[in-house]
Amino acid sequence: MTADVVVIGSGLVGACCAYELATAGLTVTVVDRGSLTSGTTASGEGNILVSDKGPGAELELARLSLARWAELDAELDDDMEFDPKGGVVVAVGDAEADGLRAFAAAQREVGITAEEVAGDALWELEPHLARDLAMGVHYPQDAQVQPVLASAALLRRARELGATVVPHAEVTAIGLAGDGRVASVTTSRGTFPTRWVVNACGPWSGEVSRLVGVDLPIAPRRGHILVTEPCEPLVHHKVYDAGYVGTLTADTDPGAVEVSTVVEATRAGTILLGSSREFVGYDRHSDGEVVRRIAQRAARLFPVLAGVRLMRTYVGFRPWLPDHLPAIGEDPDVPGFVQASGHEGAGIGLAPGTGVLVRDLITGRPPGLDPSPFRPDRPGLRAPAGIARG
Amino acid sequence: MAEPVEPADHSPGSLRIEGASDPARLTRQPAITFTFDGREVVGHPGESIAAALLAAGIRQLRSTRVDDRPRGLFCAIGTCFDCLVRVDGGRPVRACLTPVQPGVDLAPGDLAEGRP
Repeated sequence: MTADVVVIGSGLVGACCAYELATAGLTVTVVDRGSLTSGTTASGEGNILVSDKGPGAELELARLSLARWAELDAELDDDMEFDPKGGVVVAVGDAEADGLRAFAAAQREVGITAEEVAGDALWELEPHLARDLAMGVHYPQDAQVQPVLASAALLRRARELGATVVPHAEVTAIGLAGDGRVASVTTSRGTFPTRWVVNACGPWSGEVSRLVGVDLPIAPRRGHILVTEPCEPLVHHKVYDAGYVGTLTADTDPGAVEVSTVVEATRAGTILLGSSREFVGYDRHSDGEVVRRIAQRAARLFPVLAGVRLMRTYVGFRPWLPDHLPAIGEDPDVPGFVQASGHEGAGIGLAPGTGVLVRDLITGRPPGLDPSPFRPDRPGLRAPAGIARG
Repeated sequence: MAEPVEPADHSPGSLRIEGASDPARLTRQPAITFTFDGREVVGHPGESIAAALLAAGIRQLRSTRVDDRPRGLFCAIGTCFDCLVRVDGGRPVRACLTPVQPGVDLAPGDLAEGRP
């Protein structure tokens, strides 16, 4: 049987694509070379943020996604710990405060709720925040989700709608028809004839692209997360420092480790501390120096954390593209080959909107959002020298 | 969802290996007493809180804050943080790593839910 679509990758982006396509009535097969949803999706925080995005295409995709997240939470039977808890961005000093104020003002102009909070009023939102912070901005639209639960819920529902999900099936070839259109996906567990292929392999999307001769300049950007012991409720929002936004889009020194502070509690009572960004290929060893820096910065924002024990740390790999926008759309040289990757650290938040765009493309519906900024052949997708592509 | 475990048997000493039947021939210092959740428990100096409570047949050390499910000694080496108890009303500590002291007042390491 020929599937309408083979989705490669069962992380949250692949799961959202599969769910939207199956809901639209298409025949969908999802393949993953490993266990389901075991890659980047399984090693993040679960951020659904508008707060870290300035006006532009990514913010619009975030808004589309945020609206879809709330719908998905209602549509799906399974609990995925979706929590519209809101975010609080804090500025430590006056220089950071000036930058954060200007950033928030630009966001308000395009309709994002960004409420400035004086430094001596931050404790009303977060009682354990340090009392000497310059100011903060409250973003009530920010939310959190448990990404693996969300992927599992989406894949389960897609299967109920007729989708086939095949784990441990590594893609070895993508067959093309005489006219150059994709025709099949060959894996270690068999060949699946298809009319469309969606490449949702996150940082590994470059390998899959090369199978059809496409050079997607994607690289793994490693991050660390620290997990504390379960605690009484100490942290109530997603709290991060204003420097975090800077590390998202800064011109990248390939040799540098960028550390900024993100603090949030999970439903189980643990607190997740991030974050770092560095290019070291797929090295899975935790770096003790990076862990120490993250812990120190978190305790700077929340002094109470100095008395809380770490339970474990983990690393994950963000799919980085040089212009910090995801690649979503059909490759112009390979009809039927659709990119859905490169969301870097924002993939959890942006996955539902990505699924909607991919569905609209494949079903020929008018897109819910102008997809042109995400074109996989845009000029911005040129890799700077020196990035470990992995 | 798994069924909750049976309520713990709180009878003191129910699992403790004593005297001639002890293959390790442990020499214990004289017994001490402490309380867990209001009950008096007998232990020995040098035992972890988890060991003393397990020997007393107490398996459930706390409940999860979301679904109130039982948690007790799991990894027993300080990694999993499942065996949290409070000592004299302090912050939760790992029972598997914390030596028991005479006269301490132990309570389940339950964590409050919600937002203050």
